[in-house]
Amino acid sequence: MNETEGAVPQLELRGITKAYPGCLANDHIDLKIMPGEIHALLGENGAGKSTLVKIIYGVLQADDGDIIWAGTPVAIANPHSARKTGIGMVFQHFSLFEAMTVTENIALGMSGRQDMKVLERDIVQVSNSYGLPLEPNRQVHTLSVGEKQRIEIVRCLLQKPKLLIMDEPTSVLTPQEAEKMFETLRRLSDEGVSILYISHKLDEIKALCHKATILRGGKYISECDPTQETAKSLAEMMIGTNLQAPEHHETSKGGRVRLKVRNLSIDADVEFGINLSAINFDVRGGEILGIAGVAGNGQIELLAALSGETTSRDAETITLDDKAVGQLGPNSRRDLGLAFVPEDRLGHGSVPEMMLTENAFLSGFRRMSLLNGGFINNGGTSDYASDIVQKFDVRTPGIYHTANSLSGGNLQKFIVGREVLQKPNVIIVAHPTWGVDAGAAAFIHQTLIDLAENGAAVLVVSQDLDELFAISDRIAVIAEGRLSVGRELSEITIEEIGLLMGGTQGMGEAGGVSDVA
Amino acid sequence: MSGFDWMVPVILTVITAATPLVFAGIGELVTEKSGVLNLGVEGMMLVGAVSGFIAALVTGNYFLAVCAAAFAGAVMAFLFGVLTLSLMANQVATGLALTLFGVGLSALMGQEFVGEPVTALSKLNIAGLSDLPFIGPILFAQDALVYLSFAMVAIVSWFLYKTKAGLVLRAVGDSHDAAHSIGYPVIAIRYLAVMFGGAMSGIGGAYLSLAYTPMWAENMTAGRGWIALALIVFATWKPGLVLVGAYMFGGITILQLHAQAAGLNVPSQVLSMLPYLATILVLVLISKDESRIRKHAPACIGKIFHPAA
Repeated sequence: MNETEGAVPQLELRGITKAYPGCLANDHIDLKIMPGEIHALLGENGAGKSTLVKIIYGVLQADDGDIIWAGTPVAIANPHSARKTGIGMVFQHFSLFEAMTVTENIALGMSGRQDMKVLERDIVQVSNSYGLPLEPNRQVHTLSVGEKQRIEIVRCLLQKPKLLIMDEPTSVLTPQEAEKMFETLRRLSDEGVSILYISHKLDEIKALCHKATILRGGKYISECDPTQETAKSLAEMMIGTNLQAPEHHETSKGGRVRLKVRNLSIDADVEFGINLSAINFDVRGGEILGIAGVAGNGQIELLAALSGETTSRDAETITLDDKAVGQLGPNSRRDLGLAFVPEDRLGHGSVPEMMLTENAFLSGFRRMSLLNGGFINNGGTSDYASDIVQKFDVRTPGIYHTANSLSGGNLQKFIVGREVLQKPNVIIVAHPTWGVDAGAAAFIHQTLIDLAENGAAVLVVSQDLDELFAISDRIAVIAEGRLSVGRELSEITIEEIGLLMGGTQGMGEAGGVSDVA
Repeated sequence: MSGFDWMVPVILTVITAATPLVFAGIGELVTEKSGVLNLGVEGMMLVGAVSGFIAALVTGNYFLAVCAAAFAGAVMAFLFGVLTLSLMANQVATGLALTLFGVGLSALMGQEFVGEPVTALSKLNIAGLSDLPFIGPILFAQDALVYLSFAMVAIVSWFLYKTKAGLVLRAVGDSHDAAHSIGYPVIAIRYLAVMFGGAMSGIGGAYLSLAYTPMWAENMTAGRGWIALALIVFATWKPGLVLVGAYMFGGITILQLHAQAAGLNVPSQVLSMLPYLATILVLVLISKDESRIRKHAPACIGKIFHPAA
C-alpha cells in the first residue's frame, strides 16, 4: 500500500444517506479508499453495509451525499455505469445463471457485445494468470461453490476495475481456497487496485486488510487499522457492547448414545446430488458433534436422511435412543424427541408467508400438544410463539407477523427457539449462524451448549470452522458423501480439517467409518 | 410418385392445422424463456383471430389484417404485463383471467361478423416450382403465413442462442435477481417478451380465421391455445422441438378428422379428445425425466419479480 499524505483517494464517500420506509439504512456515512488499499467494511447485519455497497455499485441511489471518484464527483446511475467507471463487485449471493456456461455468464456481466471466441481466450488467460482456473464451456450448475466464485471474480477482473467490492467472499470457501483468494487479492492490491472487503470473519480482516471502517445501526462509527486491533475489540466496536464468548463447561463424556447412525448409504435422487456412502457416527447425550465440509458435499442429503425427509431402506441405519427410525417420517421422529433446524430459513425452516404463530405450530404441534381433536389450540399456539419471541429475543413487531418480515438473524433465533423449546433429546442444526450477526450468533451458540449440558445430543452441520471449534466437542468432516472419523477438538487442527474438506486425505480408512469411543 | 398423391391433401391439411400452433407456441416460448408464464394464449389467439378477420373484411388487405391481429394480441399481452409485471399480480390467475376475457371480448367484437365469409388467404404460386408433382403443392404453394411460421422459428432460435439480446432474455428467465443485480432492466425485457408472445398468438389466431376456415365463429380456437402451452413443455423449451411438436399435434387433429370421415366405429367425441389425450400423455412421459426439464426450463418461470434493491 502506497498511501502518501495528500494522495487522492480512489473513492471517497461523503455523507451518504439512504432511508427506507421506517428505517435509516445509511446515516451520513463517510468512507475513503486509497489506490491499492484493501479496506474492510465491518458491521452487524442491518448495520447498512449492503446498502452502502449497493449505492457505490449503482444498484441503489443515495438520497443524499457525494461519491467522489479519483477526485471528481460522479453520479452512478446503475451497475453498467459503475462498471464503466471502473468498479467491479463480487456478490455474496452469486449473481450467476445456473443453466448457462461460464462464458455466457461472464458475457452477461459485461457491457456491449462480445465475440464469444475472443472472450473465451481472455477468460482462460486472465483466470490462469491470477490462479483462478476456469473451464469456459462448463455449465455453471455443475461447478463447485469455489469455482462459481471464481467466475464472479474473473468477470470483474476482465473489466480491469480500479475498485473491487467483495461481499463476504470467503463464507463459502475452504480455508485453503480462502488463502488462495487472499493471494489473488494481495496481488491485485500490489497492482494498484483498491478493494472494499466485507466479511464477518474478523481474523480474516486482520490478516488481509489495511484499513477498516466500522458501521453500526446505519451510522459511521470509526475507522481503524485492523492489524492493530484484536478480533474481540473489532467485534465489540461492531456491536457496541462487550461480547462474551460462549461458555463451554466440561461435559460428561459418559452420556449414553442418543443418535446412532450406522452404514447409512443413500443414492441421490436428483442430478448433481451427492450419494451418501456408508456414514457412521454416534452422538451422545451432553455432546455436540460438529460436521464440517464445503457446501454440496452431501450435507443436504445427510440432513434430509436424519430429519426423515428421505427415509433409508434399512430402519436400523438410524437409531434414536435405541429405537430404529430409518424408515420413519419426520413427524414420527419428532415424536421420539428429534428437533431439526434446516439450512434454509425461508422456505424450509419456515413458511415465508405464514405468521410466526402458524410457523411455530407447524413444527411444534405434536411435542407441544397444540392439536385438540383435529382443531388448532389457538391460545396454546400463541403462548408458545410468544414464549419463543420472548426467551430468544426475537425482534418482531408481533407474533402475528409473517416469517418473511423478520431479518435473517431474528428468524434464525425464532427457528432455533422453536425447536429448543420442544425440549428435544436430539437436535440437528444446519448452519446455525449463517448470515447472523455476532451478537445473535453468540446467543445461539450458548443456547446449543446449554441444551447439550442438559443432556441432549446436538449435531451441528456448518461450513464455519470458527463456529465449530467454538462449540463442538468433536468434529467430523463430510466430503463427497463420506464422513471422516469424528475427532476430539484437542486432537485436530484447522489445517487438517481443511485437507479433509478438500476430500484428499483420511477418507480411506474403512470407508470413512467414524468409530466412537 | 403418383401412388403417394393421396397423401398430398392430407399433408396440406396437417400444415394448416399445425401453423397456428407454431405461431402461438413460438411466441409463448419467448415469453416463458424470459420467466413469465402467460396462460392467456387462448384468449390472445381469439382476439387476434377476430381482429384479423374484421380487418380483412373491412380493408380487404391481408397484410393489414395480419398486422391488426398481431397488434391486438400484443395489446392483450400488454394488459397481462401491466397486471403481472408492474402490479405483480399472480401470473397463473391473471393468465386464466386473460383467456376468459379474450373469449368474451372476441365474441363481442365478432357478434356482427359471424358467418360472413372472406376469401381464404391466397397461396403463393411460384412459377415452375409449384407445379412439381408431390413436393410442388406441399413446399412451394403455401400461403405467406406458413412460410412466416417457419421463418419465425428460425429467427427465434437464432435470436435466443446467437445474440447478446437473446442471452440477456434467457438470463432474465434463469435468475431475475442476478440479472437485476448485474443491471439488466428485468421488467422492461419481460414486457417485450410478453408482447412478442401476444403478437405471435394473435397471428396464430388470425391464421385460423383467414386461412384454416376463412370465417369467424365464436370460440373458434377450440383449445389450440392450451395445446400451444403444452407444446412448450413437450419441446422442453427448445424452438426446434416446438415446430416438431406443432406438426405432431396438428397431425393428430387431422388424423382424427380423417378417421371420422372413413367411418370408423368410434364415437366422434372420443376422436376429438385425441389431441388432448396425446398432450397429457406426452406431458406425463416427459415430466418423468425431471432433469431434462430442469436443464432447459427457465428457472424463474411464473415467479413474481420484486425489484427490491
